[in-house]
Amino acid sequence: MSVMVRIPMPLRRLTNGQDKVSVEGDTLNAVVMSLEEQFPGIRARLCDDQGQLRSFVNVYVNGEDVRFLDGLDTATSEGDEISVIPAVAGG
Amino acid sequence: MSHVTALRCRECGNEYEIEPTNACELCFGPLEVSYDYDAIAKNISREKIRQGPATMWRYHDFLPVDPETAVDLGTGFTPLLKADNLGRRLGLDKLYIKNDAANPTNSFKDRPVTVTVSKALEFEFDVLACPSTGNLMGSVAAHGAKAGMKTVVFYPADLERGKIIQAAAYGPTLVAVDGTYDQINRLCSELADNNRWAFVNINMRAFYAEGSKTLGHEVAEQLGWKAPDHCIVPGASGELHTKIWKGLEEMAQVGLIDTPTTRMHLAQAEGCAPIVNAFEQGLNRVEPVRPDTIARSLAIGNPAAGHYALQVLAKTGGTADAVPEESIVEGVRLLAETEGIFTEPAGGVVISGLRRLAERGVIGPDEVTVAFITGNGLKTQEVMEHAVDPVLSGPDYESFETAFAGREL
Repeated sequence: MSVMVRIPMPLRRLTNGQDKVSVEGDTLNAVVMSLEEQFPGIRARLCDDQGQLRSFVNVYVNGEDVRFLDGLDTATSEGDEISVIPAVAGG
Repeated sequence: MSHVTALRCRECGNEYEIEPTNACELCFGPLEVSYDYDAIAKNISREKIRQGPATMWRYHDFLPVDPETAVDLGTGFTPLLKADNLGRRLGLDKLYIKNDAANPTNSFKDRPVTVTVSKALEFEFDVLACPSTGNLMGSVAAHGAKAGMKTVVFYPADLERGKIIQAAAYGPTLVAVDGTYDQINRLCSELADNNRWAFVNINMRAFYAEGSKTLGHEVAEQLGWKAPDHCIVPGASGELHTKIWKGLEEMAQVGLIDTPTTRMHLAQAEGCAPIVNAFEQGLNRVEPVRPDTIARSLAIGNPAAGHYALQVLAKTGGTADAVPEESIVEGVRLLAETEGIFTEPAGGVVISGLRRLAERGVIGPDEVTVAFITGNGLKTQEVMEHAVDPVLSGPDYESFETAFAGREL
């Protein structure tokens, strides 16, 4: 089960400059773990010490904010698009 | 400009060079401009500010741009009006309206935008862009025109017509998006990463946010170098609330005013009140909502600075209140009928919120109170259509008398 993750600028140093990566995972949590395997260190950027998404990271599955879904437990399926966006825009 | 030291993460404190970037690489926290306040204190005085231009650039020492290179349409130093009529209605003897709709493009957005566009030129951007709830795109398009830059503005397709038409007049590329502001914000965040465009409120946000501080500076100067007892500020991203407070605080830091004891109140519309929700539940993290309000300029369900607005509320003893949707237009009319100022629904939220604070006794009759009006009613005429009920008369005397019979002035 492969999903596409859009990588924001602040994380591209960890992904060797790639702005899109393809990873496996049937939940957002699994996707984050799978990202960590490919790009060590990325999980700590996304999640705090308690393993929760950081306050200033917004994650979207197919355009929907995961806080309106099931957070890190949100189910993901083949072909889903995941966006990671710094929560410091707008207004 | 010489007083700027770095960009600093508001969360973890990590520092960055002065560059067009808005998020910390370590924790994603927002970056903020840091200043050498000791150097500012040595260089600034009330007299020097008084001799400056009658615009917000009189406070350039607190801004991250050289005033000589500023792209300036004459923004700021807007009227602070003693609102005796409205004050009498509400039982407040020292009420003031800061009418920031009196800016060149009729909203407070000219303050952050003039700073950002000046900075964008310094970074050698050719394209200026923004996601907008309406007021921002007019300001960006106007400043882009003045700066000779190309502009691209993104807005919800169902936005009020007046805001779209105003922006269109300045000649930008308009992108009408079938989606909410929050969705547009996400789209633009992704675009900002892959295009060399200066998105004023995304990659340029650290500089942009600084412009709003001048509202705090001005109010203090206009009150005779004193901070007010209460401020009532509309809440969208929450940034304006935090930056008015920062403006007051830094004036005290350099010795221009005494330490402020201002209570910073925030007003949102019931149909989009994520910051108020968090405040009422005692949370320090804002959960997003799906906006459904006529106050379109406040319709941000995922407020970027909500967390910091909560901090300012806590620190200053401010309150956060969500006003009922049906009271918003009442607020617009109350301000228009008492003070002769026609504001947009966001201003109706502020006036309605002010009335509720006065009724609850949060504001004492003798306390100096400033309500911030940040947008002009001419851009949102739809909401006032129902007030148009003219006497229908012919051009002759008798026709008028017949038509006017029974009407009271």
